[in-house]
Amino acid sequence: MTPEMTQAPLLSVRDLTIAFGKGAFRNLAVQNLSYDLMPGETLAIVGESGSGKSVSSMALLGLLPPRSATIEGGSALFEGKDLLHLPEGEIRGIRGDRITMIFQEPMTSLTPVLRIGLQLTEALVEHKDMSKAQAEARAKEMLELVGLDDPERRLKQFPHELSGGMRQRVMIAMAMAADPAILIADEPTTALDVTVQAQILDLMRDLKHRFGTSIILITHDMGVVAEMADRVVVMNRGRKVEEGPVAEIFSAPREAYTKKLLDAVPRLGAFAAAAAPRTVVAQPKQVSGRLVHTSGMNKTFRESGLFASKSTGTAAMQDVGFDLDAGETLALVGESGSGKSTTGRAVLRLLELDSGVIEVDGTDMRKLGTNAMRKARREMQMIFQDPFASLNPRISAGRLVAEPMVIHGLSSGKEMEDRVEQLFLRVGLESDHIRRYPHEFSGGQRQRLSIARALSVNPKLIVADEPTSALDVSVQAQVLDLMLELQQSLGLAYLFISHDMAVVEEMAHRVAVMRRGRIVEIGPRQAVLNDPRHPYTRALLAAVPVPDPGRTRGALPVIDAATLPMGALAEVAPQHQVAQ
Amino acid sequence: MVHGSSTAELADTLATSGAARKRSFWRALLASPSGLIGLFVVALLVFCAIAAPVIAPYDPLRMAAGPRLDPPSMGYIMGTDDFGRDVFSRILYGARLTLQIGVIAVGISLTCGLLLGLVAGYSSGWTERVLMRLVDVLFSFTEIVIALACLAIFGVGLTNAMIAIGIASIPFYARVTHSVVLVEKGKPYFEAAIAAGASHVRLIFIHLLPNVVPTLIVIGTLGVSTAVLAAAGLSFLGLGAQPPQPEWGFMLSSSRDLISRAPWMMIFPGLAIAVTVLGFNLLGDGIREALDPRQRQR
Repeated sequence: MTPEMTQAPLLSVRDLTIAFGKGAFRNLAVQNLSYDLMPGETLAIVGESGSGKSVSSMALLGLLPPRSATIEGGSALFEGKDLLHLPEGEIRGIRGDRITMIFQEPMTSLTPVLRIGLQLTEALVEHKDMSKAQAEARAKEMLELVGLDDPERRLKQFPHELSGGMRQRVMIAMAMAADPAILIADEPTTALDVTVQAQILDLMRDLKHRFGTSIILITHDMGVVAEMADRVVVMNRGRKVEEGPVAEIFSAPREAYTKKLLDAVPRLGAFAAAAAPRTVVAQPKQVSGRLVHTSGMNKTFRESGLFASKSTGTAAMQDVGFDLDAGETLALVGESGSGKSTTGRAVLRLLELDSGVIEVDGTDMRKLGTNAMRKARREMQMIFQDPFASLNPRISAGRLVAEPMVIHGLSSGKEMEDRVEQLFLRVGLESDHIRRYPHEFSGGQRQRLSIARALSVNPKLIVADEPTSALDVSVQAQVLDLMLELQQSLGLAYLFISHDMAVVEEMAHRVAVMRRGRIVEIGPRQAVLNDPRHPYTRALLAAVPVPDPGRTRGALPVIDAATLPMGALAEVAPQHQVAQ
Repeated sequence: MVHGSSTAELADTLATSGAARKRSFWRALLASPSGLIGLFVVALLVFCAIAAPVIAPYDPLRMAAGPRLDPPSMGYIMGTDDFGRDVFSRILYGARLTLQIGVIAVGISLTCGLLLGLVAGYSSGWTERVLMRLVDVLFSFTEIVIALACLAIFGVGLTNAMIAIGIASIPFYARVTHSVVLVEKGKPYFEAAIAAGASHVRLIFIHLLPNVVPTLIVIGTLGVSTAVLAAAGLSFLGLGAQPPQPEWGFMLSSSRDLISRAPWMMIFPGLAIAVTVLGFNLLGDGIREALDPRQRQR
């Protein structure tokens, strides 16, 4: 028994029920949710999208969208007051002072037109009765605490002058400056790169010990949960499924749903012993030969227009080159801005390169005219990251899947209808889905639709740009399985773009690590993931949260951006090349 | 391939607006109060225009149908004007002209604006720059100035006024279309269509147009009220409808000198214009709500 267990809870939520809509449209988002938050404890509320994990926490601060959501019942006792039934004036006194919040999107949760300093001191002056000078001193102290250099200057900056990680640090400084009793962190690191995520998690842990703040951590990421939480509440469809200490939840989950959720989490290292992705079909189609060859690809994004400077620009790709065999998966990994998506789009000629060679099946893509290019697109299809935005909302699912066939004149009439139905069944959809429109599908189903659409013309190459990063883990596992199965039975080659090392380990034959527009390391999966030679690859791998509360992630290697080798690739082992 | 498929592609476009979608649109429209009232007012206007010969007690142009400047009574429910014409009959027939103005003016500006905006937005590069700067230049003049300039060229008259109003608002529609096209072009589904190998025809008519048109339907519906007001304004100035046409704006202007003696000559045409404008505005709002996908998903 930890000492906290005997204390009185700081926050006690009982039978919280929240509904959206009214009458026939009434939809219960949270049903009879109860939990206690102890002083100094980190409670993780985990669940997939639609589980009610965010809504239940927004309700505590009176932040539910007015008119559409109603709190139908329950109580939330905090310092002798029921948060759910406080008048707006009183809840405002608690919000931003006793209970503070950090959000997922650090760009949009800071006001873009106000200086950091003003945003930081505002709450202090308001709630703590500090003078302006006092508040500023406190703000400076907080910025230092959250690890921002030169706080004097930061106070005068605007949010857009800071990177995503720095903005999230400012958000944390804002949230902690008032010395709150409870910090609600809603997916605090989801929008951040993995190395930045690791730093922010370290920071939150450090601050928690220093201030003794209780944290409610809302997340879908079991790795983050394992690293941060003392106790876990698992939610599904508005109900609490299970609650317990973090070690228990991970080692001996009682409920089937929790087990399923944990099983679906990709774990880095789970496939470390295998030289290739697992075989999921009885008789894989045998294909061989080089499918894609690229070399010397350069692309610089320049501002266009009369007054834009001609010299500078953002170099999105510098001297990028790789080969991809038929039936093989090459994973492009890297953080945001590394140029991995640009590379994927360049291979499909969705953007024009400044220079470089792209050969698909021996044909130089960059030499093809508009019409020839259009025909060549049949061989190479794409799956996009956002399954909500990449399907035209005004075209029915069946027509979307048929579209590439119509474009390339592959079939028509009854034959095409049959083929569409076949494709729907092939990717795990049902034939009565054909007449529906994209908005009637879930995220995972939409991604299946995208896959069916890509498959309809029997391509040899599929560029998959973060195909599962917008999906819940259980859905992600299904989509990855489907992709493996299709690859092996149809002999597809994938250019698999991802930021998730665990997913990459599951899917890839070979891995290329990109940083600032360059490939810094490329090689067979085992070489790159088990024996990384480039310091940046090592840092990336070390930052991945481990979904196991028993194991702790090692200390983050300090990388000095200035001295990272970013030159030409040189072979360190057979097929394993590292930037020098 | 490109030519052969274009008819199939157009058929594709038409089929995308399935029956189920239409039904849910109408349900959403009728569920919103503004949509319901707007639809009612516009339907009433259309009914009056069509049934004018049946309902109207008198010929709208017949002088001395009753005594001059007779106040509203059982015989002449909206009174008579200075020529003894029945104001009620004139207003009923005026609905025909009003509808014509709305349809023709908005038709001209919508078609030309859509075409300009679509071409500019889709093509990008120099075509876009030249077209949009041209639109900007036109946009820097008030619409009424452009309309007056057109009337100076075409000559005075109601039909010319309609055309002039239509031309004057082309820049507005072109701009709206252009910005909507840019937004839609930036969405991943558009790139997905390119990646699938779609031709220009398919990209424009199947992917862009259906996503642009709903916005323009809303703008166009709201635009009808602007056009009606503009036409009334031009007629009031004597540049639009000519005597003895029963156009509402013209009726207003001819009542100018008789305000104190025969206020009904001014009140009823004024009310007719106000209600029509309100009706189209409400209908436009209702359509916007009904087309909003967030509303739809419920």
